[in-house]
Formats: sequence, C-alpha cells, structure tokens
Amino acid sequence: MADLTGVAGVLAADPEQLLPARQMMAFTLGFHIILVPFGVAFTAMMLIANWRGLRRDDEAALVLARRWSQVAGVLFAVGAVSGTVLSFELGLLWPGLMGRFGAAFGIPFAVEGLFFFLEAVFVAIYIYGWRRMRPWPHFWTGVPVVLSGIGGTSAVVAANAWMNQPDGFTLDDEGQVVDVRPLDVVFNDAFGYEAVHMLLAAYMVAGFTIAGVYAVGMLRGRRDRLHRLGLVIPLTVAAIATPVQVLVGDIAAREVFENEPAKFAMIEALPETGTRVPEVLGGVLVDGEVRYGIGIPLGASLLAGLDPDTEIQGLDAIPEEYRPADRLVNTVHIAFQVMVGIGMVLLALSAWYAWLWWRRRRQPDRVPDNRWFLRCVALSGVLAIIALEAGWVVTEVGRQPWIVVGYLRTAEAVTTTGNVWLFCGATVALYAALALGTFFVLRLLRHRWREAGELAEDDDPGGEGDVPYGPSRARSGTPA
Amino acid sequence: MSTVAAVVLFTGVIAYAVLGGADYGAGFWDLTAGGAQRGRRPRHLVDESLAPVWEANHVWLVFCLVMLWTGFPAAFAAIMTTLYVPLGLAALGIVLRGAGFAFRKVMVRTDQQRVTGAAFALSSVVVPYFLGAVAGGIASGRVPPGGQGDPLTSWVNPTSVLGGVLAVLVCAYTAAVFLTAEARRHEDADLEAWFRRRSLATAVVTGAVALAGLFVLRADAPRLLDGLLSRALPLVVLSGVCGLTALLLLRRAAPRVVQILAVGAVAAVVGGWGVAQYPDLLGTHTTIAEAAAPAPTLWALTIVAAAALAIVVPAMALLFVLAQRGSLDTSH
Repeated sequence: MADLTGVAGVLAADPEQLLPARQMMAFTLGFHIILVPFGVAFTAMMLIANWRGLRRDDEAALVLARRWSQVAGVLFAVGAVSGTVLSFELGLLWPGLMGRFGAAFGIPFAVEGLFFFLEAVFVAIYIYGWRRMRPWPHFWTGVPVVLSGIGGTSAVVAANAWMNQPDGFTLDDEGQVVDVRPLDVVFNDAFGYEAVHMLLAAYMVAGFTIAGVYAVGMLRGRRDRLHRLGLVIPLTVAAIATPVQVLVGDIAAREVFENEPAKFAMIEALPETGTRVPEVLGGVLVDGEVRYGIGIPLGASLLAGLDPDTEIQGLDAIPEEYRPADRLVNTVHIAFQVMVGIGMVLLALSAWYAWLWWRRRRQPDRVPDNRWFLRCVALSGVLAIIALEAGWVVTEVGRQPWIVVGYLRTAEAVTTTGNVWLFCGATVALYAALALGTFFVLRLLRHRWREAGELAEDDDPGGEGDVPYGPSRARSGTPA
Repeated sequence: MSTVAAVVLFTGVIAYAVLGGADYGAGFWDLTAGGAQRGRRPRHLVDESLAPVWEANHVWLVFCLVMLWTGFPAAFAAIMTTLYVPLGLAALGIVLRGAGFAFRKVMVRTDQQRVTGAAFALSSVVVPYFLGAVAGGIASGRVPPGGQGDPLTSWVNPTSVLGGVLAVLVCAYTAAVFLTAEARRHEDADLEAWFRRRSLATAVVTGAVALAGLFVLRADAPRLLDGLLSRALPLVVLSGVCGLTALLLLRRAAPRVVQILAVGAVAAVVGGWGVAQYPDLLGTHTTIAEAAAPAPTLWALTIVAAAALAIVVPAMALLFVLAQRGSLDTSH
C-alpha cells in the first residue's frame, strides 16, 4: 500500500461537506443494510416453509409461508426504494469517486442490477401467485428470488470489497483509469470472504429476528402450530449459519491482517508495531495508549498468525498523513469487539438450541418451550442486527481516511456543491417516517393474522369488508 | 464500442420512460381520481395493475444510473454535481412513492390509506417532473463537461420546464391508455370509458404542448431543435403518426392496438432526443466517445446488457403475461 500513496493528494483540511455527506451515507446505508437480510435470507425461510407445506401436506406451514411472503413483499419494497436512494447518493455525495473510478467500481453494480431485475420480477410472481398458480410451479418461482438475492448481495459486496482492496485497473500519469480488467475488479482479493461473511450475516439476522418474533408470541402464551413452526424454521437456519459464520469471520480477520494492515491495527487499537501482542478486550485509545482494557497475553499475535511471535503492524506503521484519528480507531476497535462478542453469544445460543433439539429427539414435536431459552431467542434478533451494523462499521470506518484504499481519500471524493446538511436532514426525516410506516404496517398485518388465527385468511368469512376509499376489496376474503 | 454502450443506455432510458412512465402516470390518475367514494374504482384498478409490476419497472431506473456511471463516469459526475437539486428531490420522491404504495396496500382504514395514498400519488407527479427537468437541462447543454454547473438555472429554464411538463403528461397519457386496456380486461365498461376519455384528453394536451415546445426549443435550445428536425426527424414523425393514429383509433380499435401505438409514440420521441443530440452526450458537447469508460468496461456492460436481454426480458415477459392472464391475484 505504501508505494501507492503517492497517487493521493496531499493532506488538506477536511472539506465542509465531508461530515454531512458521511453522516448521510452512513445513515442511509445503515438503514438499508437491515432490510437486506429480509430480501435475501428471509425469502429462503419462506420457501422452506412452503416446501414443507407442500411435501407434508402441512396446512400451517403453507399459511406461514403465505404470510411471510406478504411481510417480505413490504420489506422488499422498502428495500428497493432505499437501495435506489443509495445509487443516487453515490453520485450526489461522492462524485469524485464515481467520476474517477466509475469505470471500474461500477461493474459489480451492473451485475447487481441484473440480479435486482430478476428478484423484482420473481418476488412479484411469488407474492401474487399464491391463489391462482398451481402449488409446485408457484413454489419454483420463489427459487430465483433466493438465488438472485444471493447473487445481488455478492455483487454489491464485491463493490465494497473493491474499495478495500482495489484491483483490475490501470492508471495513467494523471491518475485517470485507462484500462480495466472487469473480472479482476469483481473478484478482487477481499471479495470471497466479505461476500460469504455478509451472506451468512444476512441468514443469521433474518433467522434470529423472525424466530425472536415468534419466541415473544410463545412467551405470551401463543403456542399454536404456527408459532412453533415460525420459531423452528428460522431458528434452525440461523443456528446452522452461526458456527459457519464464526469460522468464516476468523478467516476474514486473518485476511484483513494479511492484506489490510491499517484496518487490522485499528481493530486491535494497537499503537505500536510488535510481536507477542496481547488481545485487548474493551479499552479505548487515548494519546497513543490503550486504557481501561483487559489484555490477554499473546492473544492478538496467536489469533492473527497462530504463533506468538507473529508481528502485527501498529498504527505507527501508517504514514502520519493517513493515520486515522483516535476516535475512529476506537470506533472500529469497539465495533469489532461488539460484533465478535455477539457472535459468541449467538454461537452459545445455537449450541443450546442444538442440545434441546437432541434431547427431545424421541418426541414427535421437537420445539423447545423452555421459557429462558425463548427469552434468549427473543433477544437474539436485536443482537444479530447490532452485530451486523457493527461489522459494517468495522469495514467502512476501518478503511478511513480512504474511500479507495491507497488511491482516493474520502475527503477528495466528496461533493463540493450544494447544502448537504439540508439534504441529510430531509432524508433523516423521511426515513424516520419510512421506519414508522413499516413498523405500523407490520403491526397491522400481525393484528389481522392474530384475528384469523391458524386459518388461512380466505377461510375466514366476513371480516373487515369493504372500505370506501382506495383500492382495497374485502381484505379478509382474500389471501396471502 | 462507446456508441454501443450509449445505445444500451438509451434503450434503458426508453424502457424506463415507457414502463416506469406508465406507473408514474397511474399515480397521476390516482391523485386526480377524486374523493374517497368517487375515486374508489379507478384507484382499485390502478392498485391492481401496478402492484405486481412496479418494482420490476422501477429497476430500469437503477439500470440507467448504473450504465451511466460505469460507462460514462465523467458525464455522470458532471450531471450529479450540476443537477443535484432535482435529482436529490427525485430520489426522496421515489422513496415516498414506493413506500406509500406498498403501505397503502396493507392499510384498511380510509384515513390511513389517504395519507399513504397521497404520498404515493403526489410523488408520482413530482418525480417525473424532476426527471423531465433533468433531461431538459442535459439536452439543452446546461451541464458543463467538468460538472459544477449552475445549480438553479440548470433545471429552472424553458427547456427543463418543457421537459418536466411533457414527462408528466406523457406518463399520464401512457397510463391512461394502459388502464383503458386493463379496464377492458376486467370487463368494466364504465371504467374503460372513464380512462378512455382521459387518454383522449391527455393525448390532445400532450400533442399541443409538444407542438408549442418546438417554439420553446427554437428560442432556448436551437441545437436540439436542429437535431430533432434533421437527424431525428424520422423518429419525430413516427412519434407523431403513432400518437395521431392512436388518437383516431381510441374509440374503435382494440385497446391492445392503441397500447402498442402509444408505446411507439413515447419510445420514438425519447429515442428521438437521443438521436437528436448524437454524437454528444451532454446535450451540446462532450461526445459519447470522449465521455466513455475504457473499452473493457464497455464490453463488460454490453455483456451484462446481453445477459439482461437473454434472462431478464423473458422473465419480465413472463411477469406481464401472468399479470395479463390474471394468474396473479393482487387484490389483497
């Protein structure tokens, strides 16, 4: 990296738009990333329920799949529009990035666009096909949704990974991109582990969150078959994903150690390069020294290189003009530990679930109903979302001051026109309304389903009936 | 190679203008359908016909953005740093619109539907206006090659106003024609007549504005007008012929035929814009070749576009066929 730093400009005071632009990008991305698991992984759980329903002639599983598809539909719509805002923002906030590197950076997005198309088409067919398509063909229209979710996420993560380990382009003397190797751009060195890490995270978040919702229902005494299935399907998926994620996360951390030494120094909050580096739990970096942390002797060196003599580059190895401020280091350090800590808690929860499952292996209905277990599951969704956000903070803040590591500083990429604070404020207000609206709509659906109980809604005659305004017909006379 | 990429980009623009445009226009009719009681049936039809397709149609916008920033990155940055006000507002409008629509579908109570429905319908009018104004700013050469153009006059100017108004009208027209066919499919004669009257009215108004627009362009964007009346003349004529024929056939021919003619009229006029300013990308300057990314990137984009042609177009066709055949139940 050091040999490339000459390309970037000299250190200058941060442009005034940098702070609001970063706040806005962080806010909108942080919002959107919560929706991703529900478009990508939740749909897989919906299909599992659908499959089970068709295979075993299980009416409850079908009702569940149908209801989940309606939730997925709402969340997909919100995700689609909030994702569109991100494409606008890339240009509105970071014209320096798009103008200079769009020819390389844009390629993964073109691939993503393809998957987004497929996802939008098949989500619609699946959601609205429940009543009038034959069951199995309808089920199969859900499969492209899951596959394109995986493909689309991988493509977007490829773009992010490229910012961390840019590859596949040649610059001329003026720093203009003159040649591009598209495959190297997409399959950059960070792509593999970042994509798998994010996909597993999506399955964990969706799994624990949905299971959490049904765990709360069971704690409140609703223990019908719908609730038990609604708990078991997502929780099983999440519990399988979690141990794999711990392994992948470990590999990812070692890759970061190898290829992104500056980010690794921030993760460890390590002021000075050295060997036999302890792993510091907690703690903050103040004036070049880590305080209030608990050190595990040799821990960091052992984890990074599987050898206590492994040398780890500290913050002092980063040229001074690119060295991140202490508050950024602390943000990354703490976010990383939050992520790993939660990962361990969720691993324990998954193990507990596996044990309960095994213990009940001779019982026909293996759904755990231990109240303490359900309480933990209820919390797990929130924890998983926090871990997702923390992991994203690690990779984004950990890259600063770069937007394209070694080539372009975030401060050079930011827009110089307009009043970004105003735009940022309007966006926050709008997204607050969006979040409230989503919450309200999901509550409305829950209320409706609670009234219907285990029945498919079209088995429930009468109901709320017609309304004077708008498009709705008799709600309760129709399904899905 | 850069011309191929530009054609791909413009094909996306045309697809969005027709398909996305019809969706926006549906919002226009939703907005103007009248009070809760009176507007219930047209709104119901709008809702049913939009629900399965709007997200897929919306992706065309993302497609255009991605094609532009990857294939023509410098032009993209120039547009974004100049027209950030209408583009930013359009982005927020898109959120309001999509969320409003999705939320309204779930709501039952009139007052809740009113709020979400208003968000959907109002932004359905505002967003195409801004996008049309952006097109007008680009077409009249108000985006400097290096960007950072005038943040106000780049979109508050005669050509942009024309672009915005035309965009709203064209959307309303396309939607009215589509919804007439849709009402026919539902065998609802009243509603069919309701939308047919509106197709007729918007067709007349759109035609009149387009003619008046020629004078606006003569004063404000002579180069664009030159291009429209020379190189792009066949397309402009085609658009006019399609539009007029559609108008004449509106009462007699099958809605399907009218629909095809309307699509032809819109596609031809948008394509005409592209041809009129060829070989320039930013209206009057910065040629397509100058703005283009390195060749391998353009190849990659073309391959992705070919894949889209092979995979996405059949998928979308399947969606439209299922929707038309009534295999998708959107009434919940």
